[in-house]
Order: sequence, then C-alpha cells, then structure tokens
Amino acid sequence: MTDVTITVNGREMKGSVENRTLLVQFLREHLGLTGTHVGCDTSQCGACVVHLDGKAVKSCTMLAVQASGSSVTTIEGIAEGQELHPVQAAFREHHGLQCGYCTPGMIMTAVDMINRHGSSLDEETVREELDGNICRCTGYHNIVKAILSAAGAAQPQAVAAE
Amino acid sequence: MYETKYHRPVSLPQAAKFAADHGDEGKYLAGGMTLIPTMKQRLAAPEALIDLRHVPGLKGIKVEGKSIVIGGGMTHSDVAMSDEIKSVCPGFADLAGLIGDPAVRHMGTVGGSVANFDPAADYPAALLALGATIRTNQREIAADDFFVGLFETALEDGEIVTKIAFEAPDACAYEKFRNPASRYAMCGVFVARRGGDVKVGVTGAGSEGAFHWSEAEQALSSNFAPEAVDGLTMPQDNMMSDIHGSSAYRANLVKVVTKRAVKKALGH
Repeated sequence: MTDVTITVNGREMKGSVENRTLLVQFLREHLGLTGTHVGCDTSQCGACVVHLDGKAVKSCTMLAVQASGSSVTTIEGIAEGQELHPVQAAFREHHGLQCGYCTPGMIMTAVDMINRHGSSLDEETVREELDGNICRCTGYHNIVKAILSAAGAAQPQAVAAE
Repeated sequence: MYETKYHRPVSLPQAAKFAADHGDEGKYLAGGMTLIPTMKQRLAAPEALIDLRHVPGLKGIKVEGKSIVIGGGMTHSDVAMSDEIKSVCPGFADLAGLIGDPAVRHMGTVGGSVANFDPAADYPAALLALGATIRTNQREIAADDFFVGLFETALEDGEIVTKIAFEAPDACAYEKFRNPASRYAMCGVFVARRGGDVKVGVTGAGSEGAFHWSEAEQALSSNFAPEAVDGLTMPQDNMMSDIHGSSAYRANLVKVVTKRAVKKALGH
C-alpha cells in the first residue's frame, strides 16, 4: 500500500492505495466520485477522461500512485455551484447526449480541446480530436455542435444528417 | 493487474539504481500508454514500476539551427505543439500529432515509444529515415543499429532513452494509413530528403517492425516524385498478415503510402 495525496477538484485528498489501483478506481471507489465512467477499460472509449494538471488523460490507463502530487479535475469539479460549466450548458442546449454514458468524458475532452484551440476550433478539428471518445447514441453531430458553440466558434454550414 | 511496487526517482542515476535493485524484474514506466494496458491484461507483471515522469534529465526540446534534440520524457503532445520543431521540421511534429488521441498524446512519451518499438509505432519510421541518434543514460546508438526486431531494441537492462537527436532534412513528411478501429498505423511512411539523398522509413506493415525501404530510397534519390515509386514492388515476405490486411495488401499499401508521403513532402 502506498499513501497518495491528490488534489481533486481543488480539495486535497489523501488515501492509501494498492499500487495497482487505477486512477479511475481511486476516484470512483475511494472518493465516491462516480461521474467519471469506465466504458471500455482499454483506453479506447474516453468515458474516463479527467484532467491531470490541466490536461485531458484517460484515468483507466493511469495508476493512482502516478497522480500523487498532482491536481485532478473531474466532471464533478467544473460547474460553479448550481451554474453549469459553459461546455455542460452547451451540451444541454444542443442536445449533445442521449444515454449520457460517454458525456463526462466528452465534456472533459471538450474543455481540454477548447483550452488548447479556443475560438479557432473548426468542425474538422473537433471531429479529429474526438478520436479517443466514443459515443454510440448521438452520431456525434450534436456533440460537435455543442463543442463549437461553447468555443464560440463558427458552426458547420451544413450537417449531412439534417 | 497484479500488484507491483512503485518507485518515483528524481534523477537518472536514482532511476538506474532502482532498476538494478530489481534486476530484470523491474520495469521503467514512461507515459504508460502501452505498459499499463499490458499489465491490466496480465500480459506483463513487473515486480516494480520505476516511474520516469519526474526525472528532469528527460525533459526539454532544444532546436539550434537544424539540429533537434528531444528529451525522452517529452510527450507526443509536447512534440506536436512545439513551434520550434514545427518551424524546422514540420513533418516530425505532424507525425507526433497523429499518434493515438489527445489524451494519449498528453501521457505517451517519445522515449517510451522508441524503447518499446511496437511494430506499428510511428517514431521509428521517422528516426530511421532521419538517421537519428538515440542517446541513453549510457551511450549513443544510431537508429539503424537501435531497432533490432519485433519489440526488440539494442537497449540493455536498465538502460534509459534520454534523448533523440537528428538534423532537420531539406524536406520530409509522414503519411499514415490508420486502422479504422484502433487508429494504429496499418502502414506509416516517413520520407526525408537531404539534397539528392532520400531515406524512407516504413512502420506498421513489416513483421519485424519499422524498416528502410531501400529500393524506394534509390528511386527517390534520383527523382523525388511520387511516380518514381511506380515501377517498384514491395516483396510480401516480410509483411504482416492478420485479420486487418493480408501481406499482399500491406505490400501494396507501403507503395501507396510512400507516394502520398512524397507528395506531402513536396508540399511542405
């Protein structure tokens, strides 16, 4: 067992974990932060994306001990009280989800994407950067719209399915 | 995953000491993008992990004129977003931006990828074509001598890839044909031209990992244009064959992707 200290959503959390404990297990099972999901458990689907020191990472492919000393932000940590984060609000506005399982990872990936690209984001970049996030419901169109809207970027001129 | 010990060295000598303490039962952990999934599947069960993410000696990107030196601990994202690398060797930055997805690029490192030598890894194709040097905590190794075979490199037990170094060529580009599901390279080709000398590194297709396509190097050295490759035939003997593509398919893909890479290099 190893003692870890991880700042999660701004609060310093301490715990004693087996070295093999994945970061996502620490978040969900030790801290009860079940907003971060496990979809594929093989780094493919992105349901487990959180931010490690401000950058999107897959928490199913990282050990909790690796994150010790770092700051982690999860889906629970981005709203301001009752006020949704702009990306969360955009997903609601544009109906960027159906079953919702992939949504926490989609939103954390989207926030990271907007942090890096800002309003220069375009549809092609959003689609390319969603490479590591799988949604089996929406067909992605509304997710792309939501991300572009939250980034303050131009919406696609025409969307094939419409 | 089986339980393991965890060490976090803060210097190269300390990392090497931890490795020595565990003999060949310990494993260096770079970004973990291959090692952690492999351990989760119980295909690897190292006695100890030696986490290299906090070793300062593995950090940094240095570009002086055409000389590029990249620390082994730099992530794919660091390389892809480096304005300095983009300005002197855009093909190499492009390659890094095509690895995995954004979250994987935030963790995975140059050194980890090079040391692992996955047959579909992207960097090896570039390092072969660029005639790069791989520096370790013990010595310098030319890329041609470093990549030995499937998941096999010249690294000895305990040796750490600290830097990769190369001179930016006059023109270069990487073209990748991705498996539509895994996004790994079914075939990736890096072409690099220095004056009239052209090198071609191929990854993803060969059963022994990345390799030089010598015939294409000769043809492109006399005529750096996609059609120079038209008359060549890639032998199928050493091509991978699996459910994603037969060896004949991959052999043809090498040719097609090489032509696209040359076209891209001409545009850079």
